[in-house]
Amino acid sequence: MNFVRDALDLQVQVDAIGLGAIFALMAVGIGLVFGVMRLVNFAYGQLIMAGAFALAFASERDWPVGVGIALCFAVVLALSLAMERVVFRPLRTQSAAVMLIATFAVAFLLQSIALLWFGPLGKTATSLVQLNRPVEVGGVDIRKITIASIVVAVVCLALLVLLLNRTSIGLHMRAAAIDSQTARLLGVRADLVSTVSVLIAGALAAVVAVMLTVQYPTVTPTFALQETILVLAGVVVGGMTRLLSATLGGFLIGYVSGLLGGALPSSQSQYLPSFLFGLVILVLLIRPDGLFTRRRGLVERV
Amino acid sequence: MRAGRTAIELLAPVLLVVAAGVIGIFVSQTTEIYFVTALISVSTVVAIYVFVGNSGVLSFGHISFFAVGVWAAGVLSIPEAEKPATMPYLFDFLGSTTVGNVPSLLIAAVVGGLFALLVGLPLMRLSGLAAGIATFAVLGITNNLLRYYEKIGPGLNTFSSVPETTDVLQATVGAVLVIVAAFAYQRSRFGRLLRATREDPAAARAVGVSIYRQRLGSFALSGFLAGFAGGLYIHFIPINVDAVYLDLTFITLAMLVIGGTTSLWGAVVGALFVSALDSVLAEMEDGMTLLGRTIDLPSGSRIIVVSAVMAIVVIVRPGGLTGGREFSLPRLRPAAAR
Repeated sequence: MNFVRDALDLQVQVDAIGLGAIFALMAVGIGLVFGVMRLVNFAYGQLIMAGAFALAFASERDWPVGVGIALCFAVVLALSLAMERVVFRPLRTQSAAVMLIATFAVAFLLQSIALLWFGPLGKTATSLVQLNRPVEVGGVDIRKITIASIVVAVVCLALLVLLLNRTSIGLHMRAAAIDSQTARLLGVRADLVSTVSVLIAGALAAVVAVMLTVQYPTVTPTFALQETILVLAGVVVGGMTRLLSATLGGFLIGYVSGLLGGALPSSQSQYLPSFLFGLVILVLLIRPDGLFTRRRGLVERV
Repeated sequence: MRAGRTAIELLAPVLLVVAAGVIGIFVSQTTEIYFVTALISVSTVVAIYVFVGNSGVLSFGHISFFAVGVWAAGVLSIPEAEKPATMPYLFDFLGSTTVGNVPSLLIAAVVGGLFALLVGLPLMRLSGLAAGIATFAVLGITNNLLRYYEKIGPGLNTFSSVPETTDVLQATVGAVLVIVAAFAYQRSRFGRLLRATREDPAAARAVGVSIYRQRLGSFALSGFLAGFAGGLYIHFIPINVDAVYLDLTFITLAMLVIGGTTSLWGAVVGALFVSALDSVLAEMEDGMTLLGRTIDLPSGSRIIVVSAVMAIVVIVRPGGLTGGREFSLPRLRPAAAR
């Protein structure tokens, strides 16, 4: 029962929750855009990658940390806006599959541009690495970045909930997510709503870029790719139709990933992706509409 | 008239592929590589089309069947004496068996088909995004296992010393066989039933079509053909397992989408068009002289162009270059007949 003992270890638990927090933020970014536009953004990881390169760019020039983070936000937000204008908006009337393929193409486009620009070995972002140092809390060594991830994730999610529930643009976004056609008839501006949701998703991508570069300072063109694939799987596993279930799905896959990573014996840890993807398939087979959705989707009948 | 149109729908893609093969015979050794690659791409994309095109369900997992074909043909056709060097941990029965070119292609196809059947049994109950993610998960697992499980193959090492038997002739014959199989399937009762479920799932179910069974059959056939294409590929270039993962998934899906997802003609045109584009760009990366001017692109720019073309095609012409229709000769049909 080594596995169970390792999995219940407080250290492993804390790290897993920290990873889950970051994954949850990515899940919100993907789920928010899906809710408003019914579009699965495969290129979300490349936004994070672009932000990470911005951080590396700043850190190699010894710019202050604040400037680097500002540059990261500027790059990711500009890229998000461009993506929305050039790709998402013209495709709004297309089927989900066409939009997914289009974002797939954008993802590879951005990745290959990064490859051409920065090379396969990438750059290093070191301005925030001191956050990797641990502090001792109740006999457990917790890295500062783990605490920061959890705090930042909670704050971001709280702000988002406030925005969605307490402002009129939030109301518009929720309306568009439930029924975009009716919402438009009632005066919700589709362009504004989609722009805002893409911008929020972009801001979250920038936040994730900052936190991921602390843990993985080497920024390559495939930075955050593996994470994005897992989050996409997690979002679908959780249930894409509601933001809450998508977020929980993202958190869950991050948490399970951290747990398995910490608890699997080292001879089997290379098979971690297989375990994770196997779990994903299993859950999808049992609950195809999502783990956290209330009831099964209706099947259309003649 | 109908029979004629049917014949043309099959002949057009076959002739296109044969023409590519014939040109490929007469070009130089270095250019020949591009033609063989293009012809194998045709086999791969048509294999994916058999499922994705006819069912309308997106699959990110087909490269896992291709990869399994690469693995089966690769492991089994490496000469027995060479096996301990590259694959020291191999299971005994894999280490002591060596097969020739054609049997290894057949085994690759059968293994690909069986794997698809096995995966499809549970997975074909899903549709939409859940199906997309689940097939992706299959790809992830396949890559992960082939990469690290060294009792079944070379792990991250290259499949070296596989006899390089896939030349222009074999690639052409292979592509034609795959096209004929795909055409026969889509003309068959099963192909039509599956297309009906694509067009209107509710109506198809109402007249008694089992969506699950039709998708499963198509998935298995598609895996069979993809495994065959994988076998062709490993007999052409020594590769390792990471060459049959995300990038290949992207490029083959791009070919299918650029050509037009819902037709066999679209799959063939897309594969050949993107391959041609890719080859020209590859030459340009090495420095190509065109009309007295030397074009020299930085290496890595071809994937940029291909993904940009794919994005543009999806935005401007979501049906692909062919509009998702089969080939036809519009001028031969009098307007009144339609």
